Amino acid sequence: MGFRFVLLPTDLLVFLLIVCTVIFAVLARRRAPSREAWRRVGRQPAAMASAVILSVFAIIGFMDSLHYRVQLPSGEGAQAVYSSEVLSALDALLTPLRVRVEKTYSAPFARESFQRETVERADGGQARITPRLVYGASHLQEGESMLSDIARRLAWTPFLALAVAGALLCVLGAGVARNQGIGVADAVRRILAGRTDLAWRSALIVVFLAMLLIAAGVALAPHYHMLGTDKVGQDVLYLSLKSIRTGLVIGTLTTLIMLPFAVALGIAAGYLGGWVDDAIQYLYTVLNSIPSVLLIAASVLMMQVMIDTNPQWFDTAAQRADARLLALCAILGITSWTGLCRLLRGETLKLRELDYVQAARAFGASTPQILRRHILPNVMHIVLISVALDFSILVLAEAVLSYVGIGVDPSTISFGSMINAARAELAREPVVWWSLAAAFGFMLTMVLAANLFADAVRDAFDPRRQLR
Amino acid sequence: MLAYIVRRLLYAGPILLGVNLFTFILFFGINTPDDIARMQLGPKYASEESIQRWKTERGYDKPMFYNPAREGVEKLTDTLFVDKSLRMFAFEFGQANDGHDIALEIRGRMAPSFAVALPTFVLSLFAAITLALLLVFFRATALDFWGVTLCVTMMSISSMFYIIGGQWLVSKIWALAPVSGYAQGLDMVRFLCLPVLIGVVAGVGSGTRWYRTIFLEEISRDYVRTARAKGLSELATLFRHVLKNAMIPILTGVVVVIPALFLGSLLMESFFAIPGLGSYTIEAIRSQDFGIVRSMVFIGSVLYIFGLILTDLSYTLVDPRVRLG
Repeated sequence: MGFRFVLLPTDLLVFLLIVCTVIFAVLARRRAPSREAWRRVGRQPAAMASAVILSVFAIIGFMDSLHYRVQLPSGEGAQAVYSSEVLSALDALLTPLRVRVEKTYSAPFARESFQRETVERADGGQARITPRLVYGASHLQEGESMLSDIARRLAWTPFLALAVAGALLCVLGAGVARNQGIGVADAVRRILAGRTDLAWRSALIVVFLAMLLIAAGVALAPHYHMLGTDKVGQDVLYLSLKSIRTGLVIGTLTTLIMLPFAVALGIAAGYLGGWVDDAIQYLYTVLNSIPSVLLIAASVLMMQVMIDTNPQWFDTAAQRADARLLALCAILGITSWTGLCRLLRGETLKLRELDYVQAARAFGASTPQILRRHILPNVMHIVLISVALDFSILVLAEAVLSYVGIGVDPSTISFGSMINAARAELAREPVVWWSLAAAFGFMLTMVLAANLFADAVRDAFDPRRQLR
Repeated sequence: MLAYIVRRLLYAGPILLGVNLFTFILFFGINTPDDIARMQLGPKYASEESIQRWKTERGYDKPMFYNPAREGVEKLTDTLFVDKSLRMFAFEFGQANDGHDIALEIRGRMAPSFAVALPTFVLSLFAAITLALLLVFFRATALDFWGVTLCVTMMSISSMFYIIGGQWLVSKIWALAPVSGYAQGLDMVRFLCLPVLIGVVAGVGSGTRWYRTIFLEEISRDYVRTARAKGLSELATLFRHVLKNAMIPILTGVVVVIPALFLGSLLMESFFAIPGLGSYTIEAIRSQDFGIVRSMVFIGSVLYIFGLILTDLSYTLVDPRVRLG
């Protein structure tokens, strides 16, 4: 069966973001001060643990950004026709979760549906029963114990997790051994005791735990609905994993879009002064004085009207949803660049008067050269800190905006839309809690990891914090 | 002082004009009134005729900035920009889609918003500063470490979960307060205690951490060392010196939001069915009533600029070195 790659605009930006990150990493490696700062980040166990967690999320998000359309069966010689459904590599990987759709709600690890149904009994009467699920736990015979089945399926997972963590430990040990000029066994012992310079032990512990969860998912998810199903019977685990990309895209692309403006305008205002400064200050004061929720609401409403009145722009529903996601990022970017811009302006004002910049000017360096060589590298720590701190704020904002009705497209799976759908069901008796719990767990893990990592980055890069 | 206030008020003019122009372009430039009419009427019923009628009924049938059909100064004044946008400076907001006067509606809804937002604001501030002082007093101990960890964890939870969880636990399981609603008079307290409580809990994590950073920055200053050297107890240093000197950064973040309390909170009011400006805005967004959203943007900006002026004035109260003029 053939397929065709689909490159959605946000995919393109995700790839661009990866390229930018790689370039940034290479540049950061070359400069001794930033190398030292990153080393300070790596010394903190919480930062290393968070970095592993964020990498796992990033890998999931990246796989969800490789989109394609499947070729539909068509006659011999006829032109190839492609399904209008846009899938991703993650969808392909999660096919068992994606296609095994129940009728409606079911609790985590349930055998039976959550709702009662009226069925005809063999003797002609009617009965209200909760029917067996079509897929969830359907391999179990009547009366077969679920616990022993789960235990049997989970038996190999700790060994796999241990093997992966152990293999990684050996690789790391070899690396540390070469760096320090000690034996491998000695290096491994040091890592296990937590006596290495970088906090490798905490990273390894998180790798082990993550592998344990992933292996459990691989072992059980094809046979059970581990986190239950939602109103239309979709697997909640699948929805949660799909939400990760939306959250990551909003948290990172927003910054990617606004960064060039914020940096260029902030530095220009601070360095050039005069009417440029006045104009830029006026611009961000105006934008800043509009409460951000209202500004976002107004912009999103207008964007919605534009998309609704021009349906011809988009071939597939996925493209429309993607355009909306991108527009949302752009709008969030427009409303959030002002803070960074003001910080950069202030820092540039300070740097402009320093001796080394004066010296560069006296040697006849041109303004663009000074900005690029002397100002920009010295304000990068502010940019980095604010990018790291903004990420978690943006992920949290998405949920609220989706509730207000100015978030992502309703067809886009996101934490916000999951919470929104689950909220309406809380009044039920018994409570349908699993969608909310899943969104809560995944969001908390992601945002907490991001917050801890951002804290470490701030502590390492903010010069004011090192004097203490 | 008076001269300063007047100057600041005059300076607010161009900014508000900028806000006004920006919102006008946002609401009328990106999509023409025709587009909006077509969407409001639904594609099925949008004939040329009905669009024209819709625009005439609502006064959208004028040119944007320049009306050549009129005489003299009316060429400039009988336009959409003057009619829909500049008029807001006189707090005339026109009618909502359902025919009600927006200005009247806003006036009536300010009080409930304020009734929720003010206690939330005051209690959050008090709780956050108290906890931050506690953490700073026990700085570099296990209490400090776990306190900050708890704060970061609480910050990482979406406010939606606080509201949903609070409603479920307090109202449904413990049945201590009504799930949602609002009443006039003393009865109000019964309805307000839950949203206020949730608001305080949801904000206390980030607040505490923020004030802790401010206090820690102050505590490494020389005057604190001097105070300790003179034999002042740690508590006295904290309350008499650190707290007072931290007032400037605290006020910078705090005073500016006081006028905006009238706007209320979108989430709280929507979840608790409080008839304030926040729920008004949410309803307007959901029913795509652009007139209301435009008005709220303008009012929000006015209140924000007012807050900035208040911030500058409040500096003179806590720091005698600050002189405005």
